[in-house]
Amino acid sequence: MSELLQFLLSGVTVGAVYALVALGFTMIYNASDVVNFAQGEFVMLGGMITVFAHAAGAPLPLAALTAVVATAALGVAMNKLAIEPARGAPVVSLVIITIGASIFIRGAAQLIFGKQIHRFPAFSGEDPIRILGATILPQSLWVIGGAVVIFVGLWLFFTRTLLGRAVLATSNNRLAAQLVGINTPFVMTLSFAMSAGIGALAGVLVTPITLTAYDVGLAFALKGFAAAMLGGMGNPKGALAGGLIVGVLEAMTAGYLSSQYKDAAAFIIIFAVLFFRPQGLFGRQSTDRV
Amino acid sequence: MLRVEGLRARYGRIEVLHGIDLSVTSGEIVTVIGANGAGKTTLLRCLSGVHPAAGGNISFRGEMLTSVPAWRRVGLGLAQSPEGRQIFTNLTVEENLRLGAYLFSDERVEKDIDDAFQMFPILKEKRNLVAGGLSGGQQQMLAIARALMARPSCLLLDEPSMGLAPIIVAQIFDVVKGLKALDVTVLLVEQNAYGALKIADRGYVMETGRITMDGPADALIADPRIREAYLGI
Repeated sequence: MSELLQFLLSGVTVGAVYALVALGFTMIYNASDVVNFAQGEFVMLGGMITVFAHAAGAPLPLAALTAVVATAALGVAMNKLAIEPARGAPVVSLVIITIGASIFIRGAAQLIFGKQIHRFPAFSGEDPIRILGATILPQSLWVIGGAVVIFVGLWLFFTRTLLGRAVLATSNNRLAAQLVGINTPFVMTLSFAMSAGIGALAGVLVTPITLTAYDVGLAFALKGFAAAMLGGMGNPKGALAGGLIVGVLEAMTAGYLSSQYKDAAAFIIIFAVLFFRPQGLFGRQSTDRV
Repeated sequence: MLRVEGLRARYGRIEVLHGIDLSVTSGEIVTVIGANGAGKTTLLRCLSGVHPAAGGNISFRGEMLTSVPAWRRVGLGLAQSPEGRQIFTNLTVEENLRLGAYLFSDERVEKDIDDAFQMFPILKEKRNLVAGGLSGGQQQMLAIARALMARPSCLLLDEPSMGLAPIIVAQIFDVVKGLKALDVTVLLVEQNAYGALKIADRGYVMETGRITMDGPADALIADPRIREAYLGI
């Protein structure tokens, strides 16, 4: 029983990170129909920039903030330099551009940050907290809490603010959005900034647990992608549910089968979704009357 | 108010507008009639800035629009109810209207929403329903109402009668005619030539990317060439 709870707790922790990555996929997909495979690199940069800013003497909160802002700026630059100039190109070309951007960022990170594994201290100590015979790291609570704050914040943004509505409207019908006066290029830029910032924040939160290196982004991208597919691409609720399911399944696979098969869980989910429910759990056929 | 000179537009390498000249004066209802594929929708897309002009000039209330992005033209008072309605299908009727007034956040927005409901009472009944579930006619009403929420001085209307039952078409043309009283100038693009000419002051006839005739609406209705080609009389 305590074993199951232990797996569940670590599954939810890592699932929260996947949910944030999936949310990043979802936001850019909604704004532009593009699946941004550089999403994992944003997570890597979040952790990595924090490591180096902290090592350079910045206190941890400031280092984390620097990382999130810098990564968001990089997301904007990626949109301006790589995606926007190719506007009008088929979506597949844009997706390939994001793969190129991801390889570029990873290569640059390898040169700048080196190949070794980096870490920075946990936010509030390393002493595990005991719950019903299982243990959880204080940092895990930060991860879960951070994900909750982000999801609630975004939900409020989309449902309560006019700008949030404008983002939804743009993803629903870009032509109509332009015709009511929404600055759609700005919405694109905003989506990339938010998506990169959220990815970086996930990296900041999880790095004390998982450590970071220049190439951790790929795994995050693949698992976040599996989570987004499972939940239904483009649906924030789906991203949350998908992330948690992928995380928990992964933890269960590692716990009950073998940790060698842990990474297979995400791939099996991708296959299963494609075979049985391509629109995902929360995706639905759009209703249109002609 | 709106002046178009030598407007050209292309899709890829194929030119579809070969130099359009037209003008709309304040307070008028002007219609552009023509068959499917004549370039009427492309003309409106260029006017709104969602399709780039390949040549020529568009000026609106004395301002050159050619390099103004689409979203800013709305703020200048040029709104469009586009072909195929293009409503936000996953938002509610009321949210669609609210987004129509995206550029505004004063108290007048609420009042304008009430006015829209008065213009189209059926929308009030359905205000909290998802717009994608509305019937075609209701969606068309919503598209027009949403465009009016932007407080336009000139409204571009693309085929509001398309695919609708005759009784709804009559209702919509009545509303369009009534826009004059609200000080909204209208440029109406239509395949339904008779209906459009009946409510318009002037008309242009468009054929394969060119304006081939123009004149007062009643003269066009009486013209034997128009009668034969577009009115089927």
